[in-house]
Amino acid sequence: MLTPASEQAERIATLTNYFFVAAAAILLVVTLLTIIFLVKYRAKPGDNTLPPKIFRSRKAELFIVGIPLALVSFFFVLTLRDMRALEPGADTQHPDVIITGHQWWWQADYPGTGVVAANEIHLPVGRKVLMRLRSADVIHDWWVPELGNKMDLIPGRSNHLWLTIRKPGVYEGACSEFCGQQHAWMRIRVVAQTESEYKAWLAAHAAPAIAPAGELAQRGATVFQEKTCGNCHRIAGTEAKGDAGPDLTHLSSRKTLLAGLMDNTAPNLGRWLNHPQQIKPGAYMPDFLLKPSEREALVAYLVQLK
Amino acid sequence: MMKQWTHIPEPEEQLPDAATERGLLMWLSSVDHKQLGIMYLLASLLFFLLGGLLVLFMRTQLAIAENDFLSPEVYNQFFTMHGTTMIFFVLTPAFLGMGVYLVPLMIGANEMAFPRLNAFSFWMALFGGLLLYFSFLTEGAPDAGWFNYAPLNESNYSTEGIHYYCMGLLLGGIGTVGTAINLIVTILHMRVPGMGYRQMPLFVWMMLVTAFLILAAFPSLNAALAMLLLDRLLHAHFFVTANGGSALLWQHLFWLFGHPEVYILILPAFGIFSEVFQVFSRKPIFGYGFVVASGIAIALLAFGVWVHHMFTTGLGNTVNAFFAASSLLIGVPTGVKIFNWLGTMYKGSIRLSVSMLFAVAFLIEFTIGGLSGISFAIVPIDWQLTDSYYVVAHLHFVFVGGSLFGVFSGLFYWFPKMSGRMLSERLGRWFFWLFVIGFNLTFLIQHVLGMMGMPRRVYTYPQLPYFTLFNFLSTAGAFIMALAVLTLLYNIWRSLRKGEPAGADPWDAYTLEWHAAAPPLLKNFERLPPVRSARPLFDLKHPEQADWKKQEG
Repeated sequence: MLTPASEQAERIATLTNYFFVAAAAILLVVTLLTIIFLVKYRAKPGDNTLPPKIFRSRKAELFIVGIPLALVSFFFVLTLRDMRALEPGADTQHPDVIITGHQWWWQADYPGTGVVAANEIHLPVGRKVLMRLRSADVIHDWWVPELGNKMDLIPGRSNHLWLTIRKPGVYEGACSEFCGQQHAWMRIRVVAQTESEYKAWLAAHAAPAIAPAGELAQRGATVFQEKTCGNCHRIAGTEAKGDAGPDLTHLSSRKTLLAGLMDNTAPNLGRWLNHPQQIKPGAYMPDFLLKPSEREALVAYLVQLK
Repeated sequence: MMKQWTHIPEPEEQLPDAATERGLLMWLSSVDHKQLGIMYLLASLLFFLLGGLLVLFMRTQLAIAENDFLSPEVYNQFFTMHGTTMIFFVLTPAFLGMGVYLVPLMIGANEMAFPRLNAFSFWMALFGGLLLYFSFLTEGAPDAGWFNYAPLNESNYSTEGIHYYCMGLLLGGIGTVGTAINLIVTILHMRVPGMGYRQMPLFVWMMLVTAFLILAAFPSLNAALAMLLLDRLLHAHFFVTANGGSALLWQHLFWLFGHPEVYILILPAFGIFSEVFQVFSRKPIFGYGFVVASGIAIALLAFGVWVHHMFTTGLGNTVNAFFAASSLLIGVPTGVKIFNWLGTMYKGSIRLSVSMLFAVAFLIEFTIGGLSGISFAIVPIDWQLTDSYYVVAHLHFVFVGGSLFGVFSGLFYWFPKMSGRMLSERLGRWFFWLFVIGFNLTFLIQHVLGMMGMPRRVYTYPQLPYFTLFNFLSTAGAFIMALAVLTLLYNIWRSLRKGEPAGADPWDAYTLEWHAAAPPLLKNFERLPPVRSARPLFDLKHPEQADWKKQEG
């Protein structure tokens, strides 16, 4: 929120600045009065005269109610104005992307394109984007501080969020509503791209997975089938059509593994497949007790999925 | 011209007799409000040490990025237990304990209205807390956060500990409601003749308002807990969306209780500070009626603000606007009290005892906590900052800088009355400065961490710029606070053994409890001075300048 990069985040940042100025002024007054009174009215040793009694003062009471009332009324008006601007409603519009929260990763569906992504969410800059937010299990919360407001993903409800990203870049966020054991590793990477780059990305990701090249990778594809990985994961263009875990069609195009837990490299992928519960305890990925040769083949297959 | 001494009747029921003291058994079987008050405070201290220990583990885990000192499983149980403990079994019993100890003394009564209910309530609260901790011996302690959101609190997503959470809070809640009823009846019926509502000490006023808040707020929590138990044990589906339940229903029920609970934990502190500011400024409170009225206003508004905990659940602009307005509005009666206390210091003769030091520090810390609270009423700011470390900072400024400072201030103020011995002011100043420095070091920086994007309730965080530095400072502050608490414990231990005898009225104070012996005898009062103002002992000591003369004249 300190470096706003969307129209919405800028609006909130401006409002926050107004608020901080008012808050700082109030804090200053209270602190100064406290210190001045402490210094000025500190009892002198041995002085036993009774200070004057002041039971009340109508004038002062008018002041100490009037000023805060005026201030909160001012901020209430700003609240109404900005709330309407940030949340104009979304009854009929089709979303650009549907985000589904899972324990502990993000699924992104791009309606009309067939593209399914996970954890790295690509969005276009310069235009208003509508996101639909849903949950597959417990409550999660979308928060990318540089891009503006949070919104909860609640099972049984469908929420939405408007975003107008100003400039291309990578913006980090995280799930912000406690969602269980691995809440800390449910991070978001928003990749904001120009419209043409975004279109190109969509086109590339609409394509099915490339066929495994080389003997090792081909063996890996077989392992993938035999170990029933496809019950939970989808790889477009193959038998694997599961939707409980992240889509792996273009796994290698992603920067990180496990929603931000580690870099997406072949050795890391191997470590994860070896002992999932040591890398991300609580995750729904079972330990398949892969033989080293099987693991090696599987990694070779997966790193090719660009 | 002086009125006759007021005769206080002997309680009709036989009370346990200190003359035939049988040690522990006398405490266990006691229905004496003073012993029960002290037991409440000791229970609160026990849970404070437990809850504090948990947080030292948590802060150690968070000291550096991607630490693996605690597993996520354990961390999540610890932070859940920390919050639940501090709210329900530390602050609540601390204020109820002060209430049952002091209210009868301050209104010139010899007992609470229902001594046995008093004992029952205390033991329910204690066993509720112990039951909660028993969960550590099972599959796992509760691990869904102190507000325990659905559907994460359902059995397929969380540990068995949630059963103990439900049962522990239900038991504690029964105790809390029992004490609330007891306080209300005591305050309404047992005041010494002459003490009308305008002569009641402000601490008593705030306990009265708090007790009504408890009566109105706890049913909502109890209903939610019962529904959750039905869900978990009998496969009901109040909060299971797949079967037509509602996840948001839990939030509504919980916060309809939860936000008033915040005021349940701050109004008694307001009462304590109102006494402390008067006595150590040697002046009557500035705006007595104003303090009372704003307390009542807070209590009424408290039931219309709960949705500000739910601004990001997508309830729509209309609902959000209503609750933004009410939440902004409740800031006004809370804020004006700061000026009542400042006005009390104005032109006073201020004695900076440890008790007063905490009161003065509270003015500033609570202003920070109150202002950051206002930022959550401004919906768009809430949308950025809620559920981040900014909230963690905010709520600790309110609960520690507000409520806990109130407990500390009250402890240093009333300890001589309860024990008959003074706490060391020198050790107390060490405690004060260590605690205040540690507290600010821990929590000021967390506002910034929240704004930088650190969500709350994470067991670890990636290596992002400044995250480790700021978290490390925060952890250092937590350990300074722990050190401070050790000096407090030593102070209490030392004082009980060889503290300076206090005498009945060491602070030259104003309210009736200082007329009783220190510590008070089993029967608090044989006779009392006439009560014609809110400061009967002031009137007694300064008959020429008595408050009631000015008021009536």
